[in-house]
Amino acid sequence: MSTRRRRASGGVAYPDAEGTLRERTVQALADDTLRGNLETAATSWGESRDAMQRDHGLDAMRDRARDIRRRNIRELPALLSEMQAKVREAGGTVVRAQDGAEAARYITGLARARGVTVVAKSKSMATEEIKLNESLTDAGIEVVETDLGEWILQLAGERPSHIIAPAVHLNRGQVAALFREEAGTDDVPDDREGLVAHARVRLREKFAQAGMGVSGVNLGVASTGTVCIVENEGNARLVTSQPRIHVAVMGMERVVADWDEAAHILQVLPMAAIGQDAANYVNLITGPRRDGEADGPEEFHLVIVDGGRGALRGTEFEEALSCIRCGACLYSCPMWKSVGGQAYGSPYSGPIGAVITPLLEGPASPASRDLPFMSSLCGACGEACPVGIPLQDLLVRARARASSPATRRSAVAFRAWSRLWRRPTTYRAWMAGWRLMLRARGKGGWATRLPGPGAGWTQVRDMPSRWPPRP
Amino acid sequence: MRTCLSDAVAPSVWKASRRVLERCGVQVQVPREQTCCSQPAWTAGQPDQARAVARHTLDVFAGPEEVVVPSGSCAGMVVHAYPEMFRGQPEEEAALDLARRTIELTQFLQKHDLDPGPGTSGPVTMHDSCHMLRVMHESASPREALARAGCEVREMQGTDRCCGFGGVFSITFPELSARLGEEKARAAMESGAPEVVSCDLGCLMHVAGVAHRRGIPLRARHIAEVLDG
Repeated sequence: MSTRRRRASGGVAYPDAEGTLRERTVQALADDTLRGNLETAATSWGESRDAMQRDHGLDAMRDRARDIRRRNIRELPALLSEMQAKVREAGGTVVRAQDGAEAARYITGLARARGVTVVAKSKSMATEEIKLNESLTDAGIEVVETDLGEWILQLAGERPSHIIAPAVHLNRGQVAALFREEAGTDDVPDDREGLVAHARVRLREKFAQAGMGVSGVNLGVASTGTVCIVENEGNARLVTSQPRIHVAVMGMERVVADWDEAAHILQVLPMAAIGQDAANYVNLITGPRRDGEADGPEEFHLVIVDGGRGALRGTEFEEALSCIRCGACLYSCPMWKSVGGQAYGSPYSGPIGAVITPLLEGPASPASRDLPFMSSLCGACGEACPVGIPLQDLLVRARARASSPATRRSAVAFRAWSRLWRRPTTYRAWMAGWRLMLRARGKGGWATRLPGPGAGWTQVRDMPSRWPPRP
Repeated sequence: MRTCLSDAVAPSVWKASRRVLERCGVQVQVPREQTCCSQPAWTAGQPDQARAVARHTLDVFAGPEEVVVPSGSCAGMVVHAYPEMFRGQPEEEAALDLARRTIELTQFLQKHDLDPGPGTSGPVTMHDSCHMLRVMHESASPREALARAGCEVREMQGTDRCCGFGGVFSITFPELSARLGEEKARAAMESGAPEVVSCDLGCLMHVAGVAHRRGIPLRARHIAEVLDG
């Protein structure tokens, strides 16, 4: 599933994801360790989130969060102009990139121009989206992921399986093995504290060398030009303050109007994401270090990425832009829990990934063909979403937009279906034929092989030819 | 509304639903002209084809009567998706009207405080279908109906978890679908009840079909059949 080749390319999804989506799900289903790890993580998330619901009424906070985010998206151009002006006032540089390639090019060019040889990164899905690591590495610049989970993945040559918890598909033993390989010694402890202490020592060495720190942005606050970076490990604080240059990469939709709104979203985010009522660190950064300040970078660059987002405003997919990337829909999704995020073949996995990857990629891309269909439309995602995105409805709309040989075959089949099923006479004739066929094929109350689309059914299960079915 | 799955696999389900309603003194019509709510095409991403079939359903069920559906999923389709499907179309008013009049069988019993009398005594275990639970927002009415019918319910672990059926999903991602179905079948067996019931036939066909293939001795019946006795 994972691959050590990480090449840059135009789109969002990983071009080198192997096999079809269905093949990747089959592969993942065969991995019992993976399923165990995912189940443990999702169960623990569920318990913590239930506690948030009990103690803080998380569901009641959803309405306001939804209203804030819907308004933000409606007012997005004005908010972005304000944000841009305020960051510049504070002495920062703002770059608006139309797509991921443009964003990666700017950051790589900046690193080169400043003679940077080592870049320290904190966790950021936006940089995964714009394929920044590939771009920097191709330019001969060393990239170090400093988020524990991301560092683990960097060592493993793997991709994130979750928006918030990228290495959630690996367990402690697997992590210890990776650390031993990296350190070139068996002298790495395998208890939780020991592993964290080991990573801390290794990563501190890298911080000292880094000439540039790259972070993501959880929220931009337009009224003051502040970027908020939420984290639990303290590494983002180092990334944004220790190196001489700080580059923050923000998806264009991640902006709120003011601190009143930011306060609410910053409360909802950790509750939904990890079932905690506050994140360990909330970094609020407004421009570079000012005269007389002891800490902070000399340069601050905010890179705002469109990457297909702007075009979604005013469409039936606009609500997807409200997303605050908490990952709650992943943990709640029976499909994600069964196969993990890597099978999706995109930085954004789970229900939100199945909706936005095709939108950012275009309707004919490989990701668009399959991803929206990998859902039973059970609605657990929409229920878990803290900003009230109707994900199951968006998945249905994304299916209608998909275009591939499979969807064209489906269109032909459903045209015939519709002609038969919109008239009672032809419907009844069809049903009579179906029941005859089912009875003819049924033995002992069960049909074990059906023709046509029914073959997909009987490949893995039997069809009752008598009801109620007999075991 | 009979539902197409009942027509295709289990006519006993709509017939049981009719008997249950009639035992409560409800005057029931089952329009012969009805076909399907069009959900298969809608969720397959073929809205135009879905609309063509749904238009027929709007015609068949025009009128002042309440429309009772022995399926949380088909009821949810009419209640939740029809307004979106017909937004800005000439049939928009008719779609909103039908959405307001449509209700799932056990919700109808609860709403009108109807008691069909004793059914099967059980024990059974109850699977909350996703669309009953998260589109119709209902988990109480089927349990109340079973309790009134004198049927013992033994709850399974994760009764709100998807069984993996998902309509077209069941044949586009069969392996993933079957894995979830097997987990559901095993959870049902572990409840200690030998039979799983649900408000949705789709889930039951799938879970029973997976159970049979894997040799899990689970029985399955629609809630209308259990209430019918």
